[in-house]
Amino acid sequence: MAIIETQSLTRRFGTLTAVDALNLSIEPGEMFGLLGPNGAGKTTTIKMLTTLLLPTSGRARVAGYDIIRQPADVRRAIGYVPQMVSADGTLTGYENLLIFARLYDIPRAEQKKRVRAALDFVGLGDSADKLVRAYSGGMIRRLEIAQSLLHHPKVLFLDEPTVGLDPNARRAIWGHLEELRREFGTTILLTTHLMEEADRLCDRVAIMHLGRVVAIGTPAELKASIGGNGATLDDVFVHYTGNTLDSGGTYRETIRERRTARRLG
Amino acid sequence: MRLSERGALRAGLADQVQGHRNPLAALGRFVYKVLVIAELDARKLRHDPTELFMRAVQPTLWLLVFGQVFTRVRAIPTGDIRYLDFMAPGILAQSVLFISIFYGISVIWERDLGILHKFLVSPTPRTALVLGKALSAGVRGLVQGLFIYLLALILGVRVNWHPLALAGVLLTVMLGAAIFSTFSLIIACLVKTRERFMGIGQVLTMPLFFASNAIYPIAIMPGWLQVISRVNPLSYQVDALRALMLAGGVSGFGLGMDFLVLFAVVAALVGIGARLYPTIVT
Repeated sequence: MAIIETQSLTRRFGTLTAVDALNLSIEPGEMFGLLGPNGAGKTTTIKMLTTLLLPTSGRARVAGYDIIRQPADVRRAIGYVPQMVSADGTLTGYENLLIFARLYDIPRAEQKKRVRAALDFVGLGDSADKLVRAYSGGMIRRLEIAQSLLHHPKVLFLDEPTVGLDPNARRAIWGHLEELRREFGTTILLTTHLMEEADRLCDRVAIMHLGRVVAIGTPAELKASIGGNGATLDDVFVHYTGNTLDSGGTYRETIRERRTARRLG
Repeated sequence: MRLSERGALRAGLADQVQGHRNPLAALGRFVYKVLVIAELDARKLRHDPTELFMRAVQPTLWLLVFGQVFTRVRAIPTGDIRYLDFMAPGILAQSVLFISIFYGISVIWERDLGILHKFLVSPTPRTALVLGKALSAGVRGLVQGLFIYLLALILGVRVNWHPLALAGVLLTVMLGAAIFSTFSLIIACLVKTRERFMGIGQVLTMPLFFASNAIYPIAIMPGWLQVISRVNPLSYQVDALRALMLAGGVSGFGLGMDFLVLFAVVAALVGIGARLYPTIVT
């Protein structure tokens, strides 16, 4: 049975249809990539699946729970790493995690152990007591991933997890995600602009464009679908979404994204 | 702990989560989460307490300059008590108001950063998030209270040191901070951007302050302003503080009425705030 399933999931903002009748079915343990230009509806999709945003119409189930009728159960079952920087710079890495260990109802006796284990998992054990303000971009992202794992979620949502990171930091994040899936069978849904990232990590990818899925399949299937020998996912992306020149999101989204990139970089 | 050992922990967690239907346990967890949100703020203050000292400058100026001068002028009829004594509780209420009314800006800041998203995705009741914020505003308000008591001592204000009176002041400060920080949070949820919030925050603070009994009695106001100051929750906060903080202080509205109004306003605002809070990320 699918662990994430959407039926005609739709979200409108005024006259704009950000996500248009989305039908997705993701299996347990799958690493699934949502690709697409800015404004394609990837973040809106994630916000709906993580209960941050109510759909205008349609339905979705995550980890067996209805996102509209059972949001509290969904929240207990998922982890989420937003696109923006979500660690608090004025606290230490340890404190950032401790607060969330408490909010996720982890038994008091276990909280500290769990926080240490999560920090060790992403290799931040030695920096636990430094203020996050002093962390590098890669460390911040690793901390955020550790934070989202404290309660051992069944499903992990990551919105552009490697935006603004240098290649080393990026590879470290990839390694953690792969290990997570291997060790715990965590289902991972991530959005990305990096075709290399999707190609390397994802079992399947869906390419979104103007709120709809225009192509879905394994990276190999998608490459085959556009025919060319030696086609890359980049070619696939351009093939399915390249008909608009003015892609790239709104002014506000652009500012936000560049600011995030600068903060992490 | 090794990664492979964590599987066993997961089974334990599942058992524990099953307990979330028991109402008493649920209430305990609710209170716990309110405290965790306040703990977060307290930890921030521990790392960088400078803001607390900066915030103490303004009330100091009010008491030292405005208070001293107007005490000499004797322009404002305050009955048997010295003007400086009369205004000290008003300035305490004012500094709590000023600290709380800009709380919304930190909410917008956290939203812009993405921190807020994580709280909203966690299984924390929205009401607990809002009450936790209110509680942390209260803690900051109490620190202001300490400064003002210290100043009052230096300036010779006749303070009521009875433990019950002090406890009453503490409660009043917490309630006032809860009211105005939650009000501020509601505004933040409605206007959504920092620029608009700053504009509205400025516009709201002054009328709230001047249309209250903080630095002059309601009796000397023109009729229309009396009406406004009677529906202004700040007036009830000041009234309670004046009765509790000063030796021989008397309440104009009656302490029962003061606390009734303050509690009712907190409940109403927290209810509205909890409904609006999730909309700030959309």
